[in-house]
Amino acid sequence: MRIAVDHRTHYRFSEPQARIVQMLRLTPTDTQDQTVVSWSIGVDCDARLRHGADGFGNAITMLYAEGPIAALDITVIGEVLTMEAAGVIRGSHEPLPPLLFLRTTPATTADAALAAFAAEAAAGEPLDRLHRLNAAFHARFPDVADVRDRGRGAAEAFGCTAPSSREAAQMFLAAARSLGVPARYVSGYRSDGSAHGAPHGWAEAHVAGLGWVGFDPATGLSPDESYVRVAIGLDAAGAAPTAGTRSGSGAEELDVDVIAEPLGREE
Amino acid sequence: MAASGAFDEIWGHGGPEAPRPEFAALSQWIADTPPAELQRRQQAAEQAFRQLGITFAVYGDSEAAERIIPFDIVPRIFLADEWARLSEGLVQRVQAINAFLEDIYGDRRILAEGVIPPELVLMNEQFRPEVAGVRPPHGVWAHICGIDLVRTGPDEFFVLEDNARTPSGVSYMLENREAMIRLCPELFRDFRVAPVDSYPDMLRQTMQSVAPGGNANPVCVVLTPGHFNSAYYEHSFLADSMGIELVEPADLVVDDDIVWVRTIAGRVRVDVIYRRIDDDFLDPLAFRPDSMLGVPGLIAAYRAGNVAILNAPGNGIADDKAIYSYMPEIVRFYSGGEAKLPNVETYRCREPDALKYTLDNLDKLVVKLVDGSGGYGMLVGPTATRAQITEFRAALEAEPHRYIAQPTLALSTVPTVTEKGLAPRHVDFRPFVLTGSDGVRVVPGGLTRVALREGSLVVNSSQGGGTKDSFVLLDQGAGAA
Amino acid sequence: MLMLSRTAAALYWLGRYVERADFTARLVEATVRLDALSARPAGEAAWQSALAVSYTEESFAATGQAVTQANVARFLTLDNTHPGSIVHCLDMARNNARAVRTALTREAWTAINRAWLMFQNRASTGGSTATLNLLEQVKGETRGFEGAIHRMLRNEATLLIQLGAAVERADNTARLLDVKYHILLPEGEPVGGAVDRDQWTTILQTVSAVTAYRWLYRDGLTPANVIDLLISRFELPRSLAACVEEVVQLLSAVAKRTGLQGEADRMARARLSRIQKTRTSDVIVSGLHEFLGAFIRENALLDGAIARQFRFV
Repeated sequence: MRIAVDHRTHYRFSEPQARIVQMLRLTPTDTQDQTVVSWSIGVDCDARLRHGADGFGNAITMLYAEGPIAALDITVIGEVLTMEAAGVIRGSHEPLPPLLFLRTTPATTADAALAAFAAEAAAGEPLDRLHRLNAAFHARFPDVADVRDRGRGAAEAFGCTAPSSREAAQMFLAAARSLGVPARYVSGYRSDGSAHGAPHGWAEAHVAGLGWVGFDPATGLSPDESYVRVAIGLDAAGAAPTAGTRSGSGAEELDVDVIAEPLGREE
Repeated sequence: MAASGAFDEIWGHGGPEAPRPEFAALSQWIADTPPAELQRRQQAAEQAFRQLGITFAVYGDSEAAERIIPFDIVPRIFLADEWARLSEGLVQRVQAINAFLEDIYGDRRILAEGVIPPELVLMNEQFRPEVAGVRPPHGVWAHICGIDLVRTGPDEFFVLEDNARTPSGVSYMLENREAMIRLCPELFRDFRVAPVDSYPDMLRQTMQSVAPGGNANPVCVVLTPGHFNSAYYEHSFLADSMGIELVEPADLVVDDDIVWVRTIAGRVRVDVIYRRIDDDFLDPLAFRPDSMLGVPGLIAAYRAGNVAILNAPGNGIADDKAIYSYMPEIVRFYSGGEAKLPNVETYRCREPDALKYTLDNLDKLVVKLVDGSGGYGMLVGPTATRAQITEFRAALEAEPHRYIAQPTLALSTVPTVTEKGLAPRHVDFRPFVLTGSDGVRVVPGGLTRVALREGSLVVNSSQGGGTKDSFVLLDQGAGAA
Repeated sequence: MLMLSRTAAALYWLGRYVERADFTARLVEATVRLDALSARPAGEAAWQSALAVSYTEESFAATGQAVTQANVARFLTLDNTHPGSIVHCLDMARNNARAVRTALTREAWTAINRAWLMFQNRASTGGSTATLNLLEQVKGETRGFEGAIHRMLRNEATLLIQLGAAVERADNTARLLDVKYHILLPEGEPVGGAVDRDQWTTILQTVSAVTAYRWLYRDGLTPANVIDLLISRFELPRSLAACVEEVVQLLSAVAKRTGLQGEADRMARARLSRIQKTRTSDVIVSGLHEFLGAFIRENALLDGAIARQFRFV
């Protein structure tokens, strides 16, 4: 599938900032089933961009801008070619062993309720039980949206209704890790052609003999060819599209606008 | 626990009347100097420390922010051949630590070959995936190591702990020596003591040697969290004695993956940073998104190879308690030989035999949590109550992998000035080892910490510990001079 | 390498705070003497004016205490809850000194540290004798600090400390004169009228100018002469003219070493050429209070220009 991505991030500051330094995880990398056709990151002020990679293998762009800056717009436009692979990740650059992804973080720590939910939902063979777990999350939270959330951790979000996709993914991570399955957060896009207030987030779990497999609790299914993988991490913060610091006082307003649309199927 | 029975480094097992032959001269000096005179000199030293503001905690003791650590005037002495053996062991250990870090953040050969259980490294908080795949300039990771040693006999030295992050205490080594030269000049006439005052030059040379791209005249700085930090005195002392700038995070900016320092005339490029800030607070973009401390972009500059950071971020995995017990295997794996400096015998309770032994001997062992969290502290078997032992037994059986156990050691003693005159007190020792692109160097000296309370084995400054000067002799000592 | 911006800021503020501690010590000391030696008790008014001179009227009022010697002396000396006390100035001076220890000699640092140590765990100044003793010690340490600064290399570090001190001193002298003059000369009273000798002597004592006055003015104590001395006489180190001149010289010396010149230099030079032309008699006629108010505001603007020029922020 050919997918066009248009991801805009707008910052407005109540007072001009002296400097801004941001780390952007906004660039997808190629795998066997995902090819980046074109990709560009644009910034609306005089800024320097440096490209590199982080320890997880994510493509990183450092953004350095000198003030005074009252507003900052980051525009990502690109096209990606994807193929259906039943959620299995093949040919990705994996600098870290799966075992690392058994680590919990504050946002992906299961409490007793979440662990019990995981234990009950996930019976059977390694792959099956992850699919069951994924389906159970979807059944419990049928309405998961790509919206800006309050950044609740897995345990807290589990007690609420209508989590964001990012929160749902973190719940999945906490549950999978509580079962002893390495799992990681994925941030990226899902091409449904409509506008969202945040990128999409889902999970990948490591299955012996198969490798990393994607699970999206927002749908209860594994990601298909309509998904674009951009970055992975131990939790949502670790794979966040933008992480920034600014020198200057005042408040900050953030507005995100994401559209990923299918351009058609490549035969 | 009492000093009696322990090996005294000056008096041997015999007491003041029968010192070890090599230490007859020092023993004589102690005997000839009236206790009141020793106390007067000691007070003069402490008065000078207070006026200079040499106030800090050796091990992150926050209560000690504006306190001086007591100083004992009787030096601790190493003979030339003792020191030569120790140095060899230290060099070997530090080389292994560097090789381990290079491997663990690179190919992870040691895990692939099953020498260390992979989860012990990969699931350890101290292993930092943020710097995985980075090779620091010139391949040096642990530029400044402090190796904590204890001694139980003339030739029995054991490593208690490795410090490969930001070991402190070197300013004490230097200031204690200054005080000794001023207050006890006769000792330096009678003994040929190796000087320690070249340490700042050695450190600076080490820093310059790891500058990226072999810059011959690199800009080097010491990075401190600020003057409210308990070790600030040491930070400023080191910057001052190396003749380089002491900077705080706000003085540094990263632009275009290059680190700059803000001066009154604009920015100047920085090549080498000796940081005295924990990994967590180095760069909010890389390590702690919730923290606003640190230098945003520093790790990006480091990854790009544009700056050297001493010690390298991520070093915590090398001096972690869980890894410690594998140090003999680590040394063997990378050096091909046996460790010249042994560990304190350690039972890893994750292993069934070790667990059984530990459970059978709880009243004799010291049991420690490997990850240090959880607030259970540690069990000191010989002094623990029955209830404490029962509690630990349950904890051990529930989560054995979180614990290690060690025998209680009879730490060596050194004569120390006390209210009741000279008496033996337990000591430990932290020598400092520097590694640059040009090799490994051991400073002939170190920080001796002394437990001032009778019988106490706790040398920590927060619990009544003090310090002594540590003489390394250029010869084998002598009879009375 | 050139000096760090943060170091420059800390040195400058170190100079300001030590100067302020020294000035406050002199102010309290002179007020104690005024209280004790006056033919009629100087009392509340004297201490009220000491509060006004040190910008602490409001914070003292907030404590709800009566304006007595014991209360105000303790407040200006030992009370760390407001920024005008000596102990607070020494705290701040020491903090700044700690932050730039590498730029100071041991001698300079130990002077600050000793002064600071005198105040640790001290709750009361004791009686007036004890107060005077303590103040004498403070002055001794600040003099020791100044001496140590003079013995330091004549580099940017030394110059910035002295710059801070000179800017602070200018503010202190202007404020002292403004407040005292106000109190001493109620509206309508002609300048040169009846002189309250003790009060005017207090002013001179506060700026260590009793002897200087005798040397320069043979015709006895008159308000016009005191004003002339404190505003226009370059010979007196604490006069406005001397401070203004010193600021210009220090900025030029920094410029010579670093090549950095700018807004602060221009502003300081313009101020010097104005004060060279100022005649005390004109100032008195056109309004001393207005003159001093303008001077204090201009001094604050110069402080801002210095901060920008050396990139303190």
